[in-house]
Amino acid sequence: MGAITVINLGKAYKQYPTRWSRLLEWVIPFSKPKHHLKWVLQNISFTVNSGEALGIIGINGAGKSTLLKMITGTTQPTTGNVSISGRVAALLELGMGFHPDFTGRQNVFMSGQLLGYTVNDLTRLMPEIEAFAEIGEYIDQPVRVYSSGMQMRLAFSVATAIRPDILIVDEALSVGDAYFQHKSIDRIREYRKQGTTLLIVSHDKLAIQTMCDRAILLDSGVLAKEGDPEEIMDFYNALLADRENGSVQQQQTEDARIQTTSGTGEAVVKEIKLLNEKCEIIDVVDVGEKICLSIEVEVKEAIPELVLGYMIKDRLGQSIYGTNTHHLNSHHENVKKGQLITYNFKFEANLGKGSYSIAVALHSSATHLQKNYEWRNLALVFNVVNLNKSSFVGMNWLPPQTEIIYAE
Amino acid sequence: MKNLCFALWHYRGFILGSVKREFQSKYRNSMLGAAWTVINPLAMIIVYTVIFSQVMRAKLPDIDTTFAYSIYLCAGILTWGLFAEILGKAQSVFIDNANLLKKVSFPRLCLPIIVVANAVLNFLIIFSLFTLFLAISNNFPGWVYLAVFPVLFINVLFAIGLGITVGVLNVFFRDIGQLFTIILQFWFWLTPIIYPISIIPESLRVYVELNPMVNIISAYQTILVKGELPQWQGLYMVSALSILLCLIGLSLFRKHSGDMVDEL
Repeated sequence: MGAITVINLGKAYKQYPTRWSRLLEWVIPFSKPKHHLKWVLQNISFTVNSGEALGIIGINGAGKSTLLKMITGTTQPTTGNVSISGRVAALLELGMGFHPDFTGRQNVFMSGQLLGYTVNDLTRLMPEIEAFAEIGEYIDQPVRVYSSGMQMRLAFSVATAIRPDILIVDEALSVGDAYFQHKSIDRIREYRKQGTTLLIVSHDKLAIQTMCDRAILLDSGVLAKEGDPEEIMDFYNALLADRENGSVQQQQTEDARIQTTSGTGEAVVKEIKLLNEKCEIIDVVDVGEKICLSIEVEVKEAIPELVLGYMIKDRLGQSIYGTNTHHLNSHHENVKKGQLITYNFKFEANLGKGSYSIAVALHSSATHLQKNYEWRNLALVFNVVNLNKSSFVGMNWLPPQTEIIYAE
Repeated sequence: MKNLCFALWHYRGFILGSVKREFQSKYRNSMLGAAWTVINPLAMIIVYTVIFSQVMRAKLPDIDTTFAYSIYLCAGILTWGLFAEILGKAQSVFIDNANLLKKVSFPRLCLPIIVVANAVLNFLIIFSLFTLFLAISNNFPGWVYLAVFPVLFINVLFAIGLGITVGVLNVFFRDIGQLFTIILQFWFWLTPIIYPISIIPESLRVYVELNPMVNIISAYQTILVKGELPQWQGLYMVSALSILLCLIGLSLFRKHSGDMVDEL
């Protein structure tokens, strides 16, 4: 239960040159088709095993929602097919079937039945739905007096009242307050543990990386890439940075990780080193050690503005710290061709034990989305060890001053 | 087909709930609440009976009782109302529920079923009031009254078949919805509801009787005004037509329900 198999899936919308063409096509028997097909998705094949979590990534219009709609069955595929085993719950749009004039409790019954629950199920689940939504006495008030957050709380509670075999989530998680977001994500994680297959569409890197085992990238209607979430997310970011021109490359580093490079190449990172206080190259850093990140940049074409940014990421690819020379007020303008520039960023490695990577980007203006000269992920990998500090856990080193007071 | 029926059966709770909800939602925020469901049709019956029988003293050519024309009018207008309500709502049911159809996966035929159930419910309320009036005014036709139900069944079947057909077509050709509102107006006046069929010249009557609603409406009128059983022969044709329309509607629906969501 809970497996999804998508084979050669494609979706095309019929487009008619004029409003009359469809009528002619319907009315005249054996006539040539008057429409042409506009393909929004083509040749999509993948499988999600039972209990697995798959992230779907892609820019707006890449076909993510269409794919989800075909998987849930609201839209018919033009080619190929989807086979699904088990009960599906889709959080595509929360609060469908809510009527503003009826109370929350009545709407739970209505939208619950729309989702395929029976009245008996709902009567049994009602106390739990009520408790999970935490909207207090509002449950017996008409939904029109609810805030949008309250509606979303109730709708989420109904949609996930019974653990489904497959849960499909379309960015619905970003609604509601922080407290309920945590609560809903916890519930999804809990269901995951119990064996629910998860399909999630999100632009949120963290959500994809922390929740998913695998990810697929859709780009203009085709499956562009499938693989490890971090690798796909990096490729996606590179693709975003690179929409105008330039190329995205991925290569395997020595430790079997995938390095993504992209950019137009007017400026490139020539060398990147991590130095200790004695200016020796290191790859193992002690907690709290004073270190220097030294990056040498070669400018290949004259460019009006050059910004260098770097980001320290942990083992899971989550951002620990990132900044750039624009924010540090030291970006260059009108850089000449052939110029070599060395940047030294000196800081204390107040990091917890573990493996970290550094990504660097060369671009114009504040973000790498404007003009992207080079964007290099996993440019450098280093380890942090705890040599002489008191033992601690976590990603940051925040040594406290301890004070203990005994009551008289 | 079997799967479809099974799916609809599984969603019976949703269908019943929706009917109940639509019924309640009309009067939800009013003080008199459910009383309006009775007051509205009652007012209509009073208008037809009091105005036409007492004020205008309208008479049917061959029957000479006070309320004859009023009963004739109600028999036609109330049942036409059922027909028109089903058609009017069914033709736009898929468009009105576009958002639901695009976002939630459920048996789509639930929607026309809800429309029909609601219309029938409204009709039963108004028709039982009318029956009450018949009894009070001493015009109740006796056991012949039971013949109303098979006619009603054919009437609803005809409306469903036509409604689903037009409803599906309307998704692809929006002009049909507009056109149908006009057609319904003409159809009403081309059917002897307000006027007796006897005012139509004999030579034209053959053409008038091609209209399937003439058979249905005149069956009601025969039962309720004259207290006689209707001409069943005319109704066989209408039944066959109704079943044909239902089959056409269903096959249109099955063939195009995939494209329908793309078009909404």
